[in-house]
Amino acid sequence: MDSYSNGFSSPRAEAFPAGLRVLVVDDDPTWLKILEKMLKKCSYEVTTCCLAREALDLLRERKDGFDIVISDVNMPDMDGFKLLEHVGLEMDLPVIMMSVDGETSRVMKGVQHGACDYLLKPIRMKELKNIWQHVFRKKIHEVRDIEGLESGIEEFQMMRNGISDQSDDGFSFCGGDLNSGRKRKDFDNKHDDKNFGDPSAGKRTRVVWTVDLHQKFVKAVNYMGFDKVGPKKILELMNVPWLTRENVASHLQKYRLYLSRLQKDNDLKASHGGIKQSTDATSRDQAGNLGFKNSINIKHNDVANTNFGIPKNTVIQNSNPKSHDGVVSSPDLGPKGPLVSDAHEIQKATSSSGVGLHYSFGTPDLDTKYTTFSSALPPQFSWNREHKPQIDPNNVFNHLSLPDLDQVQVNQKTFLPSYPTPFNKERDKLTHIKAMPPRATECISLNIRQQMPGENTFGLNPVQSECSTTAFNPSESITRTAWSSKDQVLDHISVSDLDSFNGNLILGKNSALTSLNENFPPCLLPEDCSPTYFEMQNSDFSDSNNPGLLLEPSMYLYDSLKFDYEYPCDPIEYPVMDQGLFIA
Amino acid sequence: MDIVNQLQRQYVDFLSSLYREGLLDDQFLQIQKLQDERNPDFVNEVVTLFFEDSEKLLHNLAIALDQQHVDYQKVDACVHQFKGSSSRVRNICVSFRTCYDAKNLEGCLRCLQQVKDEYYLVKNKLQTLFRLEQQIVAAGGAIPIMG
Repeated sequence: MDSYSNGFSSPRAEAFPAGLRVLVVDDDPTWLKILEKMLKKCSYEVTTCCLAREALDLLRERKDGFDIVISDVNMPDMDGFKLLEHVGLEMDLPVIMMSVDGETSRVMKGVQHGACDYLLKPIRMKELKNIWQHVFRKKIHEVRDIEGLESGIEEFQMMRNGISDQSDDGFSFCGGDLNSGRKRKDFDNKHDDKNFGDPSAGKRTRVVWTVDLHQKFVKAVNYMGFDKVGPKKILELMNVPWLTRENVASHLQKYRLYLSRLQKDNDLKASHGGIKQSTDATSRDQAGNLGFKNSINIKHNDVANTNFGIPKNTVIQNSNPKSHDGVVSSPDLGPKGPLVSDAHEIQKATSSSGVGLHYSFGTPDLDTKYTTFSSALPPQFSWNREHKPQIDPNNVFNHLSLPDLDQVQVNQKTFLPSYPTPFNKERDKLTHIKAMPPRATECISLNIRQQMPGENTFGLNPVQSECSTTAFNPSESITRTAWSSKDQVLDHISVSDLDSFNGNLILGKNSALTSLNENFPPCLLPEDCSPTYFEMQNSDFSDSNNPGLLLEPSMYLYDSLKFDYEYPCDPIEYPVMDQGLFIA
Repeated sequence: MDIVNQLQRQYVDFLSSLYREGLLDDQFLQIQKLQDERNPDFVNEVVTLFFEDSEKLLHNLAIALDQQHVDYQKVDACVHQFKGSSSRVRNICVSFRTCYDAKNLEGCLRCLQQVKDEYYLVKNKLQTLFRLEQQIVAAGGAIPIMG
């Protein structure tokens, strides 16, 4: 095939997006017919399918035969979300979900599983007219990756010219009527032109994970053991010369997310969430526990909820207590999802960890601009974004680049060196990490207590001050809350960077908390489990040195955050108890 | 062409009333818009499919509710399919859901009946509509297009 080796090239006389090859999957014959007709009216090349398995077979058979897949969520033979994941893993095509059900949680799930859009039925023509943008966007990124920015831009111009020749009936560059819907839930940013702002650091080879490749991959993973294997080893086992460790790492991440999500979906229903309480608080795991999986060792289950750990959708950001500069504002956070235990896995996967900041974006509503975190560390997408850049929520994201997964890897690499011993002896460090409260969703704030040296008794305090997951109102920034007791200052720490936490935040016990910042409502766990949690926590603080919660910031953590956070006071060295690992 | 005009007017009035009553909604309009020279019979085809599908669903629902041990998941799946219909049916689906969530068999049966009634009502009306169309065409006129 010609000009674009990536599939645009079927013999179509008309300019893109006409001739876009769409696969529609829906078990309802009426809808299938209507959609087929609508898509044909858009000059797309339509193939219909009423079963998910059939669709997968078709996709596998015709490897480069489709540009985009539109699928209903509810199908008899396979959950639409599963199909979505498969397509993402194996074929790397943009997938649009459809449903009569527009509940936020469903939409959120769609995003989590990698949908690049979620349409509500009944679907209107104008919504379908713009689906080409998802294909286009993907191509742009691929081209950019593979051929470098310049040629990418050339290609882009070419495509653009092609498009501008179209009638303006919805084919304008940025996609016609993106306001088609109160019904539309579109995660893609409308202003694609901004995507080219800031290419990611370095080129990344875009790998298309064919079925064969994926099978090799899976074999390698299974051979070693899903949990233990790292990309390097997998790469060795796979023995595919042109494949890089990064490629494997990123794919591994996805794969793990996929598997864990499968499991979590079940767990989630049963319990409250994906937080695994691991006694591994002081994990020696070098790769580091992001602390996600290490929940605070509290014997509660209520709080061991999704909120506690960082739900997939938590946005954790650095927040400036006073203003928002240098802070990434958070997008709307969606529903709590199962914890990104993947963080843990990712940590393991990449032998080095260490991003300065991770953001997890769960939310579809990414109108918020992201300011680049003004730190030396490039802002990252959190690996919470499970799938690829199919979800391209925000401009800024694009410019932050890519397959976030890859990015994450990179960062993690840089991070680790300075982060030698996760939970440890850095007891002294207390760091302030502030999170920008996402709009009324989970946000983790950790109150790290600073204890004065020599302080032996720890009273119990409104544990809320110790560690809380709070839901915040966007308008309220988390300010540093200083709880001062005579000798202690408790600062409010929000987790901004999960990675940096790495389980290194230790909450010491504090005897007295005087005041709570009014902006900081006492632990509003979305699921409202604070009391229980706190009680539990309190009970843990039986004796001095083994509190239930410990968050021990590391040197590195401190440093990395330092320049971006304000500290109410200099981090002082205090003895800290080691134990439960905080989960951001 | 008095008869044609008459028929056409009848058609328009009738169709308008269907919209007013909520038996048809924007979705139907969209479908009508999709009809063109390439698919001159599109609306008819879609509606026919709709009838077949709905009747099958209703049938399955009835069976599901008729079991010794009713599988409410199945009921949910069926009812879900109806959600794509008119808002009237959607409303029934909402109460339906409450019933099967509560495993209230009697309530479910009642809701099922309601859905059935709605369905047959729509079916009837649409059939009347199509008959009118045929009459207009037979009389040499064109079917008015609703804006």
